[in-house]
Amino acid sequence: MTKQILIAGFGGQGILFAGKFLAYKGLTEDKQVSWLPSYGPEMRGGTASCSVILSDEPVGSPIVSNPDVLIAMNIPSLDKYEDSVVPGGVIIADSALIDRHVKRTDVTAIEIPATTLASENNMPTLANMIITGKLLEILDGFNEESIRAALGKVISAKHADMLEINLKALEIGSKL
Amino acid sequence: MADKVLMKGNEAIAEAAILAGCRHYFGYPITPQTEIAAYMAKRMPKIGGTFLQAESEIAAINMVYGAASVGMRVMTSSSSPGVSLKSEGISYMAGSDLPGLIVNVQRGGPGLGGIQPSQSDYFQATKGGGHGDYHLIVIAPDSVQEMADYTVKAFDLADKYRMPVMILADGTMGQMMEPVSLDLDIKPAPEKPWATTGTGCERKHNIINSLSLVPEELEKLNFERFEKYAYIQQNEVMYEEYMMEDAETVIVAFGIAARVSKNAITAARKEGIKVGLIRPITLWPFPTEVISKAADKAKRFISVELSMGQMIEDVKLAVNGKADVELCNRAGGMIPSPEQVLEAIKNGGAK
Repeated sequence: MTKQILIAGFGGQGILFAGKFLAYKGLTEDKQVSWLPSYGPEMRGGTASCSVILSDEPVGSPIVSNPDVLIAMNIPSLDKYEDSVVPGGVIIADSALIDRHVKRTDVTAIEIPATTLASENNMPTLANMIITGKLLEILDGFNEESIRAALGKVISAKHADMLEINLKALEIGSKL
Repeated sequence: MADKVLMKGNEAIAEAAILAGCRHYFGYPITPQTEIAAYMAKRMPKIGGTFLQAESEIAAINMVYGAASVGMRVMTSSSSPGVSLKSEGISYMAGSDLPGLIVNVQRGGPGLGGIQPSQSDYFQATKGGGHGDYHLIVIAPDSVQEMADYTVKAFDLADKYRMPVMILADGTMGQMMEPVSLDLDIKPAPEKPWATTGTGCERKHNIINSLSLVPEELEKLNFERFEKYAYIQQNEVMYEEYMMEDAETVIVAFGIAARVSKNAITAARKEGIKVGLIRPITLWPFPTEVISKAADKAKRFISVELSMGQMIEDVKLAVNGKADVELCNRAGGMIPSPEQVLEAIKNGGAK
C-alpha cells in the first residue's frame, strides 16, 4: 500500500517538520519513505509544502502531485491543492485559518480548528502536530511506541524537552 | 532497517565523502546544493578537516586542484552556474591528471536560470564542459542511498584513474530525504607516489602541471589519456535495467527522470504495455552497448529528460538507426509527471 501525503501552509507553521515526523514514523515502521520539500525562495509567512510518501514498495517518484491526503493549513494551500487530491482521498483543513469549507464532494473533508486548539492547550506553535495527529488516526491509529521513536529522531537533542508536548499535540488531534 | 537514517541527498553526499576520507572541502554557496557546504562547515572542523568557503567558485576549484596535487581526497560542490565557473579548473585538473570529486546539483538554466531541478547540464558534464580533449567520469544517482554509495565510489574511481569525477544530481535528489544506510563500502585511498609531498631529498621532484608547449609531447599525453578513457569505457559502465525482459518500448532516463519513469512503467504494465527502462548510472562512460543490444529487439526508445533533449543524442548514437528514438521532456526547472511519460509510452513523444 502506498500513501501519498501533501502538507501545505505558511512558512513557520512547521509544515516541513510535520512531514519529517511522518517520514521518520514510516521509517521506524520499516516502510519505504520519501520526503521532498518545496524549496523555492520561501520565507517566514510565504508558502511552504512538502511531499511525503509512505509505502510497502520502493518509492518511485518522490513528487506528490495527486495526494491521497492533503493537509491544508492556510487558504492559499487549500485553493491551490484542493483539486489535485485523488477522488476518495482525504482533505484535512485547519478551519481556524481557512474561512471556507472544502468544496470537493468526492473526498472526505475534515475541518478542525487546529490553530485555535493549539492556543487553547497552551501550545501555540503546535497546530501542525494537532492536525498531524488527526492524520495518524486516519492512517493507522495512534501507535504511541512508533510515535515516540519518530519524535525522538526528528526533535534534536537540544530540544528534547519538547517531545512530550509534541506527543500531547498529536494525541489531541487523534481524538478529534 | 534499524541502521538507516533519514537524510537529504545533499547531506548524504557530504557524510559519505567524510566517511570516504575526504578532509578537504572548498565551495561557494548556491541553491539547491548549499546543504553540502553547510554540513561540511559543521563537521570538518570537528574531525581535523578543512572547510573553506572560497571567494568564488573559481577559487574553490583551484583550491581543489591544490589539495589534489598533494594527494588529498578533496571535493567541491555547486549547482549549474557555479559549475560553469569551475569548468576552467576542471579542465586543468583533467590536464594535470588530478583526482577529485565535483558535485553538480543541477538547477534550471541557461544563465542564472532558476533554482528548481534540471538535467540540462548533461552536455556540459559528459562532453567536457571545459576546454580541451578530456572526459570526466560522470555518475548520476537516483536515490539518497545512491548519493552516498556513489560518492564513495567516485573517490575510488578518481584515485584509481587519476582524474576528476562528477556526481551529476539535481534539485530533487539534493533536497529530498530518504532512508540511507551509512554502512558504506569504504576502501583506503591508494598510495599516491605522484603527489607533490616533498622529496625528502630522496627522489626527483614530482611536477603537477597541465602546460605542455611541445605539440608532439602534448599529443602523446592526449593519446595516453584517451587510452585510459577507452579502458574506463570498457570497464566502468554502470546501469540499471528495469522490466526489460520483454520490453518493446524502452525508456532511457537517469536520476529523478528515471524515478518518474518507473511510476509510468508500473502504470503502463498494468495496461499490458510492454515497456522497460534502461537507467544509465554512469553518464560517461555511457551504457552504449546495452542500449545498442536492446535496440535489436525493441521497436522504440523514449529519452525522458529534464532538459530540451541532451542525452537523447547519446541514445540515438547507441540505437544507431535500429529503432525510433523519441523525446519526453520538461525544462527550466519543471519535472515530467508520470502521466506525461505514460502518454508518451502510449501515443509517442516528440521525434
